[in-house]
Amino acid sequence: MDAEISLTVDGVARRLTVDTRTTLLDTLRERLGNCSPKKGCDHGQCGACTVLLDGERALSCLALAVAHDGAEITTADGLARGGELHPVQQAFLDRDAFQCGYCTPGQICSAVGVLAEVDRGWPSHASPDLVADPELSHDEVAERMSGNLCRCAAYVNIVPAVQQAGGVQA
Amino acid sequence: MTELLEPRAIGRGLVRRDGEAKVRGTATYAYETPVERPAYAFPVQATVARGRVTAVDTSAAEALDGVLAVLTHENAERLASTDDQELAVLQSAEVAFRGQLVGVVVAGTSELARQAADLVRVEYAVEEHDSELVVDHPALYKPEKVNPSFETDTAEGDVAAAMATAHATVEQTYSTAMYHNNPLEPHATTALWDPSAEVPLTVWDSTQGVHPDRAAVCEVFGLGQEQVRVICPYVGGGFGSKGTPHANVMLAVLAARAVPGRPVKLALTRQQMFFLAGYRTPTIQRMQLAADRTGRLQAIAIDVVEQTSRIKEFAEQTGVPTRMMYASPSRRTTHRLAPLDVPVPSWMRAPGECPGMFGPEVALDELAEALGIDPVELRIRNEPAVDPETGKPWSSRHLVECLREGAERFGWADRPPARHREGDWFVGTGVASSVYPTMRMATSEAVVRFENGRYVVEIGAADLGTGAWTVLPQIAADALDVPVDDVEVRIGDTRLPEASVAGGSSGTNTWGSAITVAAREFRAKFGRDPGDGDEVSGSVDQAAMDDTRAAYAFGAQFAEVRVNADTGELRVPRLYGVFAAGRIINPRTARSQLIGGMTMGLSMALHENSVWDPRIGQVANHDLAEYHVTVNADVGDVQAHWLDEHDPYVNAMGSKGIGEIGITGTAAAVVNAVHRATGVRVRDLPVTLDKVLPGLS
Repeated sequence: MDAEISLTVDGVARRLTVDTRTTLLDTLRERLGNCSPKKGCDHGQCGACTVLLDGERALSCLALAVAHDGAEITTADGLARGGELHPVQQAFLDRDAFQCGYCTPGQICSAVGVLAEVDRGWPSHASPDLVADPELSHDEVAERMSGNLCRCAAYVNIVPAVQQAGGVQA
Repeated sequence: MTELLEPRAIGRGLVRRDGEAKVRGTATYAYETPVERPAYAFPVQATVARGRVTAVDTSAAEALDGVLAVLTHENAERLASTDDQELAVLQSAEVAFRGQLVGVVVAGTSELARQAADLVRVEYAVEEHDSELVVDHPALYKPEKVNPSFETDTAEGDVAAAMATAHATVEQTYSTAMYHNNPLEPHATTALWDPSAEVPLTVWDSTQGVHPDRAAVCEVFGLGQEQVRVICPYVGGGFGSKGTPHANVMLAVLAARAVPGRPVKLALTRQQMFFLAGYRTPTIQRMQLAADRTGRLQAIAIDVVEQTSRIKEFAEQTGVPTRMMYASPSRRTTHRLAPLDVPVPSWMRAPGECPGMFGPEVALDELAEALGIDPVELRIRNEPAVDPETGKPWSSRHLVECLREGAERFGWADRPPARHREGDWFVGTGVASSVYPTMRMATSEAVVRFENGRYVVEIGAADLGTGAWTVLPQIAADALDVPVDDVEVRIGDTRLPEASVAGGSSGTNTWGSAITVAAREFRAKFGRDPGDGDEVSGSVDQAAMDDTRAAYAFGAQFAEVRVNADTGELRVPRLYGVFAAGRIINPRTARSQLIGGMTMGLSMALHENSVWDPRIGQVANHDLAEYHVTVNADVGDVQAHWLDEHDPYVNAMGSKGIGEIGITGTAAAVVNAVHRATGVRVRDLPVTLDKVLPGLS
């Protein structure tokens, strides 16, 4: 069964027909040719497919496209506007926070989401105080980024990259 | 001795050339290759662990609108070579392990291909299977060689006599789990068979070597090299599992040849990777150590039992590092394999050294405890002057310096006493050595050409995230004596000169040697003022290689472990490594490789375990939710340092290779720290709560 939907992807409005079984991830990669989000597991277990869905980080492999008619999606590619890298992307480069690069777009979208969540005062499992504004400590970042696997294991570079992008000198 | 390059670009921490494409997600991996009207393939896997396909019904699958082809052993083309039974896809009705390929569907969309694959009905005559590795398996045999071509067994002196008379002995059995490489990018291929094209087969594959990949495809399909092009600019991690092509590559090509002119995309699912993409065999290591009062080894022996598949042998060389690591007059190493109804084991990061630096390095810790000697000191006392196995002098060996510097950086001298408790946590520290042989492959060629005012270097090398895109220009720049920005390197395509596999930590050593030869000849031929189009090709076999010396990288790893006294929860707040790995070409990418290896070692110590269910013959936890790999919150302070090691015997760069050494010894350091913290000696990996908890009360 097919359905017609509209999506705004990296600032561009798209209208398309999708198989109702198609995930948002496959829609981006196989229908729209946007392969910035990656497929690592297709089960929401690795985080490589993370995008910003209406401003929040989301696992696009666990989202059916038909359920997100009208959504606004930003991929890592869309974070870089006008040839300028997003501060999180620049921090990943500065800190060599990746090797193979396959988990990286998902890590970066996730990090953008993390910084927004911390700004809003959302606590995490690692927050010492559930009411106070969380700080971008190592433990806060590591906890919040733990849904994004990195098999090259750049974790000790990812944490300071996220802190750098969040304005914390690590 | 080799004339070492004068380091100018070498040694600089240049940012990755492919970095911007990777942080944007625009680097193109195999499945993502933009092609016209792609079709999608989805495999059908055997649902029995051993038996024979007796009937196949593809009618329901074929009836679906949009299905282009359904292939099984009944209708698939006959392959030119079935010598490699792992790669001989859809050639027979025999099923040798659960999950083996029995069919493939090609359809216009990925959803349809998957749906149709589910509709293929396969019936089997089931046979009893045997898939459980046990130390006394009745079918254990001695392989002719162990990977890749080491002697299976070695013996010198009299281990038994030394064990009987020594002041102190250790005799224990250690085991490592089954591990799956699990690169984040699944094994994926885009293949196009276009018989009318000059090069009829194009394969965009996720591979650690386009040329070896092409050679395998040519062999299996009976094609000439000129008929096949393999392209792979980026690899989303391999860790050995893309070093030698697995069945998925052949299945993708088979599917593409069934729909000529239509490019076919095939990516294994994460679950399928646990059956089809190789893995590290579980190992059982019986260790014997005998030492005198001062800790000097009188005997060291390792007897290894591991598994292989019934259809293709892979013999992990787990005992090999024991042959050279420490001095001892009596030594023995043996390997025995159980041939089982299991998927085919293969390379995984540091095959041999990774599991083979577990048992021995824990046993040394046990010996140190028995003798009351500091484990750092015990290792230093057993430093061999020459390679104990061959008698050759070392090209360079700075294990002792690594141990000492690591101890200093870590604060080893102030280590807490055994079973030290801070609040709810037991705290302990442990040490182990690391080692990896310095390798250089026999074949690789590079072309250096002057093109539009720049130097272009072409070689079919691979960058798995290791940094080849960035470090090869550094090597070429120094070999040509030009600024690194004046050098462009092209890799990842069989149209480029032939390159060896990115394996055995040999990529930089091998390709860099070929580039250096080509660059030096280019300068000799054209001087400093070449004309546009001037070019020279150079081969690695022209580079000096000193076979009279034993060449290895060494290292020492130190772990601090905290174990919760109530729950047994294990944390590793600190993991420090110091390595002597020759000259470091790019400290930025090198550090990432080393901390990556160490963190994967931490993962092996605490998390990774492919849990085998022998009743049904498969990995029970075959996805990333249940096969635990270390995540960000599991990692504390991981540091990699290195000595400024000068080795004029290995190659013109003075480099030894750093892709694998980081994972060797780590698990032993963690286990030794757990013992120091708790008194519990865990000899079978991974170290989990249930294994330490009973010893905490």
